[in-house]
Amino acid sequence: MKYFDYAATTPPFEEVITTVAEVMRRHYGNPSSMHRYGEDADKLIKRSREVCAAALGVSPSEIVFTSGATESNNLAVKGAALQYQTRGKHIVTVSTEHPSVYEACKQLTNLGFEVTFLPVDEEGHVTAEQVCAAVRKDTILVSIMHVNNETGRVQPLHDIGAALKKRFPRVLFHIDGVQGFGKLSVDIRGWQADLYSLSAHKLRGPKGVGLLFVREGVELFPLLSGGSQEQGVRAGTENVPLLVGMSKAVRLAGERQAETARRMIEWRERVVAEVKTIPQLRLNSGKEAPHIVHFSYPGMKAEVLLHTLEQLGVAVSTKSACSSKLAEPSRVLLAMGRNEAEAAGGIRISFGDEHTEQDIDELILALRQAVAKLESLERWKR
Amino acid sequence: MHYDMLLLRFGEFTLKGKNRARFEKAVLKHVKLLLKPFPGASLRKEFGRIYVVLGGEPYEQIIQVLQKVFGITTISPVKMAPVELDAIIETAVALMHELNVDEGTTFKVNARRVWKGFPHSSQEMNHLIGSPLLRNFPALRVDVRQPNIELRVEVREQAAYIFSDVIMAVGGFPLGTNGKAMLLLSGGIDSPVAGWSSMRRGLEIECVHFYSYPFTSERAKEKVIDLAKVLAGYAGRIKIHLVPFTEVQTAFTRTGQDNLIITLMRRSMLRIATMLAEREGALALVTGDSLGQVASQTLSSMNVIGRSTELPLLRPLVMMDKQEITEIAKQIGTYDLSILPYEDCCTLFVPKSPTTNPNLWVVQKIEASIRDLNALIDQAVATTETVVLEAGGAVEGRKEEVIQEDWF
Repeated sequence: MKYFDYAATTPPFEEVITTVAEVMRRHYGNPSSMHRYGEDADKLIKRSREVCAAALGVSPSEIVFTSGATESNNLAVKGAALQYQTRGKHIVTVSTEHPSVYEACKQLTNLGFEVTFLPVDEEGHVTAEQVCAAVRKDTILVSIMHVNNETGRVQPLHDIGAALKKRFPRVLFHIDGVQGFGKLSVDIRGWQADLYSLSAHKLRGPKGVGLLFVREGVELFPLLSGGSQEQGVRAGTENVPLLVGMSKAVRLAGERQAETARRMIEWRERVVAEVKTIPQLRLNSGKEAPHIVHFSYPGMKAEVLLHTLEQLGVAVSTKSACSSKLAEPSRVLLAMGRNEAEAAGGIRISFGDEHTEQDIDELILALRQAVAKLESLERWKR
Repeated sequence: MHYDMLLLRFGEFTLKGKNRARFEKAVLKHVKLLLKPFPGASLRKEFGRIYVVLGGEPYEQIIQVLQKVFGITTISPVKMAPVELDAIIETAVALMHELNVDEGTTFKVNARRVWKGFPHSSQEMNHLIGSPLLRNFPALRVDVRQPNIELRVEVREQAAYIFSDVIMAVGGFPLGTNGKAMLLLSGGIDSPVAGWSSMRRGLEIECVHFYSYPFTSERAKEKVIDLAKVLAGYAGRIKIHLVPFTEVQTAFTRTGQDNLIITLMRRSMLRIATMLAEREGALALVTGDSLGQVASQTLSSMNVIGRSTELPLLRPLVMMDKQEITEIAKQIGTYDLSILPYEDCCTLFVPKSPTTNPNLWVVQKIEASIRDLNALIDQAVATTETVVLEAGGAVEGRKEEVIQEDWF
């Protein structure tokens, strides 16, 4: 079976697995303890923070470690909203955001916040003008993702950040960077981001760990209260082995980004070309993020195509993994103006840096065979 | 904005006659080191100035980096033009355009004809450049006394330089051009600032830190190493001597002279620092003392403590207010580290009422009564661990058993 669901999660680097195991075995001390065991664990956290900060081009004091992207996004959105609610209670985000931003925003509406979910064009883009037009006097936060997790659309963060900060310097700008890091170049300062979320397991690190960049001077209302870990923003004993593992993965992904992107774009182009030759399929993206190709098979339940491909030895995904068990059509595709049939038949293929030319050959062959097989069944049924 | 070069101006050391070349060389070396991450940029030296030719590198970032270089007083981003009047005017207009002049902005042109072969005199050029600017920007007014914008034009043989911004840099003397001193570095707010201030006066600094394990934790030591790393960010690299002070310190607790204990400790610290200074070829001690801040920093305490060394004792902060010191600490990036809550040896054994007016004779008597004091001091010097810190984090000469670099 070949794995083509890297946007959902990735197999960890072998070195990361060894490191996590080794640190787990040797440095089990509680980083908050006073004795040597604690001090050693604390040193490892400090170094992890430095390594992650260097990879992101920010300073170590601006990194808050979390349990992953969901927590980072929740902390960014709710933490900023609760902290700055005296300034206003309005948030701007996009209708195609990941559930961990989208649902967090929806939840806030129960607490008296108002949220503007910006529509996207049929390509899935939102513009700087749209964002600025939606900002009001009581807007405190704008949250936009870098790369869409379903379609691979890349939002124009540079334009948005520049326009937003020029006209509304007090409005915080959060970027969900989970699908972008390691695939595209990342410029947190250039985007003028105040908050930036990252998850380790999307870049071949361990699951259950992530980080949130919190720009110097920005305060967040803690979602988890307790000890004074992570500058009081996020209580709880730090998971030292996972943090070390994450920092290694982040460093490697950052260093290899350009090379990784170059190879993935080649594969993406091949798969895109193939999808275009199959008349039953409709391409939804495949020209922005290097690692995602997304298409629909209108009239076919996506799950059927997924399982057919699985029989042929290829694992792909429908929508995002986080919501793929729900029966509804994709919210993201509907927002991009696709009809119900198209939105229900979405398939996402996503690559990783260790795929080979041969893997892509197999993928393309399987795709061709799967569609042919389903077509013949359809005819037989009719 | 588009600029071609940065003009770096030097400060007071340009008055130093014969030594000037040495000073300039030191700045040049420091600048070169910091420009490494910007491979496109190159340096050009002219009499009394350095130019950084940007070569497409981002000028804002480079300015931020160079603002920290001791010896540079101001930085101006410069546009270049061919040595023809029309080209100069065109560039001046472009620069003015980028400055976004609002209604009522005042300006003057300050032209200098360095190359006398240029057909227009400086006076003429002020008019020749000023008039088209006034035509192009109706919002502009001329004010030769206190203009908002002073547009400077320097005509040289190879090119004309046009600039208006003058950005303040840190100033002082180039690093290490005034010799070497030993800084007594604690985990507090003051001593790192004293270290930075000394470096700004051209002193090369080595740090001495006293630690009192088990009375203080390993983390307190780490914190001071981190502070020294910040200083290394200015110096490129810095040495820190870590002195085990527990034995000396506890010897004083046995004398039963509680209120003098700080005085006694300080004197021993200065003795140890003096021995290290002599070993390392440093000619002075630097402390973070600020007059009247605590009991050991009253004039009479300073007198009794200061007599324990024959080296010049430099106290850059002696007349500064705590608030001023805190401001600098924030600017140079040591404040956040300094306020981390780990006890260091200076705050240990602090008596209920430390004396503000110690008696030298009494202090000397007590010292003489501790039979093995000199031996303890020698022992402390002998077991001192020396670490070299590089800007950016690498640590030399110290075994980091915990951190295995291949894990990261």
